[in-house]
Amino acid sequence: MSGFSALFLKEVLRFWKVAVQTVGAPVLTALLYLLIFSHALKNRISVYPDLEIDYLTFLVPGLAMMSLLQNSFANTSSSVAQSKMMGSIVFILLTPLSHHALFAAYISAACLRGLLVGSGVIIAAMLFVSVPISNIFYILFFGTCGGVILGSLGLIAGIWADKFDQVAAFQNFVILPMTFLSGVFYSVESLPPLWQMISHANPFFYLIDGFRAGFFGRSDVPIEISICVVSLVTLVLSLGCLLLIRSGYKLRG
Amino acid sequence: MRPALEIDSVSKSFGAVKAVRNVSFSVPRGEFFGLLGPNGAGKTTLINSVAGLCRVDSGSIKVMGYDVSSRDYQSARRAIGVVPQELVFDPFFSVRETLEFQSGYFGIKKNDVWIDEILSGLNLTDKANANMRSLSGGMKRRVLVAQALVHRPPLIILDEPTAGVDVDLRKNLWSFIQKLNDEGHTIVLTTHYLEEAESLCSRIGMMKNGELVMIESTDLLLQRDKECVIRLRVKQPAKENLSPLEVLLPNAVCVELGEYLVSVPNPSEVEDVLRLVRELGYEIDTLETENESLEDVFLSIMKASPERSE
Repeated sequence: MSGFSALFLKEVLRFWKVAVQTVGAPVLTALLYLLIFSHALKNRISVYPDLEIDYLTFLVPGLAMMSLLQNSFANTSSSVAQSKMMGSIVFILLTPLSHHALFAAYISAACLRGLLVGSGVIIAAMLFVSVPISNIFYILFFGTCGGVILGSLGLIAGIWADKFDQVAAFQNFVILPMTFLSGVFYSVESLPPLWQMISHANPFFYLIDGFRAGFFGRSDVPIEISICVVSLVTLVLSLGCLLLIRSGYKLRG
Repeated sequence: MRPALEIDSVSKSFGAVKAVRNVSFSVPRGEFFGLLGPNGAGKTTLINSVAGLCRVDSGSIKVMGYDVSSRDYQSARRAIGVVPQELVFDPFFSVRETLEFQSGYFGIKKNDVWIDEILSGLNLTDKANANMRSLSGGMKRRVLVAQALVHRPPLIILDEPTAGVDVDLRKNLWSFIQKLNDEGHTIVLTTHYLEEAESLCSRIGMMKNGELVMIESTDLLLQRDKECVIRLRVKQPAKENLSPLEVLLPNAVCVELGEYLVSVPNPSEVEDVLRLVRELGYEIDTLETENESLEDVFLSIMKASPERSE
C-alpha cells in the first residue's frame, strides 16, 4: 500500500463507516427538495420550453450537483478540522507522505463521496421521473471537477479553521449561498440581466450549467466556456491548496 | 557512522516567546538518551522540530544523517518514530486498522507479522479489534507507542510516554522499549518520572528556558558535585578524654549517641574521612553511605541555572 492509497482508503472508510449519515441523509434531503420545490414551483417556473422538459426533471441534475458539491466540501473540511482539533493529524504529518500525496488522497476521497451522493440523488430521482442523459463525458467532467473544487475549498477551510464554528461559517456564508445562487432551482436565462451577470461571476454556475448540459444537451452559456472556467478554477484552487499544504500553514508550527 | 540524531544550533520562537535557544547536541546510534526539564523548558518544541511538526527558525536537525527540513525529509521521517505527548487518536477505527493505516502511510504493504508482535509486546492483542474510543487512557497511550513503531524506525522518540499509565503497564512498556534498545534502536525519552530516566538512560540532557543547561552520562551526572553523606555508628571511644566526633570533624553531625552523619564533598574522599575517624581513636561499628538521586541532581541543576524573563 502506498502512502497515498493508505490515506485515501482511510478517508473513504471514515465516511463509509457512517454512510447512512454521510451518503444516505444527503440523498434523502435532495429528494425532499425535489418533492417540495417541484410541487410548489412546477406551474410558476418555465424551463427550456423548446425541449419540453418539466420542472421536476430540470431540478434533478441541479440538486444532484448541489449535493455533490456540499458533500465534497463536508468531507475534507470535517476530516481535516476534526483531526487538527483532536490532534490526530500528527499521525499523518509525522509520515513521509508528500504534500502531493496528501492533497490527492483527501481530494480523491472527497470526490468519491460527492460522486456517490450525486449518483444516489439521480438514481433515487429516477424512481419518480425519467432523466435523459445526453453526454456522459460532460456529466463526469463537471461532476469530478466539482468534487475537486469543493474538496479543495474544504481542505482550505479545514486547515484555516481553529474551531468547528469557523468551518460551519465557511459552509453557511460562502458555500451554501454560492450553490443556491448558481441556478440549481432555475435557469439563469430566466433572470433579469443584472442577476444574470452576477450569476456568471459565480464559478458554481458553470459547474451546474455544464453538468445539466450533460443530461439535457442544453446550457445557459456555451459549454466550451463552462469547460474553460471550471478547468481554470480547478487548476487554481488545486495549486493554491498544494501550496498551502506545502507551506505548513496552521499544520506545522 | 553518523549519529542517530544531530541537533546543531537550533532556535525556535513563537512570537515573542523563545521556546528553544541555540541548542546543539547529538545522540549516537544505539543510545538510550533522556531529555529532562521542567514544564515549558522547550523539550516538546525540540522534539516536534525533530519530527518535522515544527519548523525551526535557525540551525539544522539531522536524523540518521538526513536533514529533516530539506529534500531529505522523507528519509528522515522514515527513520524516526515519535510517541506524542498528547493522548490523541482517530475515533473511527479499531486498533488494528489504526496500525495498518499507519503502516500504509510509510508505504509498508504487508505488516501483519510486525503489527502482531507490537500488539503482543504492548499487551494489546486482545484489544486489536476494539474501537479506539473504547480503550482506557493507558491503552490509548500504548497504541500511540505502537503507532510510532509500525515502520521499525531506528530512532524512537518518546515524549512522556508513561504519563497516566499504571505501574504494571509502565513496567511492561519499559521492558518492551528496553528490548528495542537492546536490538539497536536509538531511544530518546522525555519524562517527568526521573527514576525512569535514571534507570533507563545512559546519557541525559537537561533543558531550562529553551536552553540545554547540562548534557552528561547518567553515571557522571549522579556523581557530579555530589556531596556524599556517610552515616556511621561508632563504638564507645577507647580513650575517655576524646572529644565528641562532631567537634573533631567539622562536617559531622551527631544524630544520636554514637551515631553521626558526616558530609563528604566527594565520594573519593570517603576513605580519608574514615581513616581520620580511626586515627582520632574511634572504632567504627556500622557504616552506610547515602547517595544522591537523579532527582536531587536535577533540582540542583535547575536551581543553579539562571531564570530568563521572556
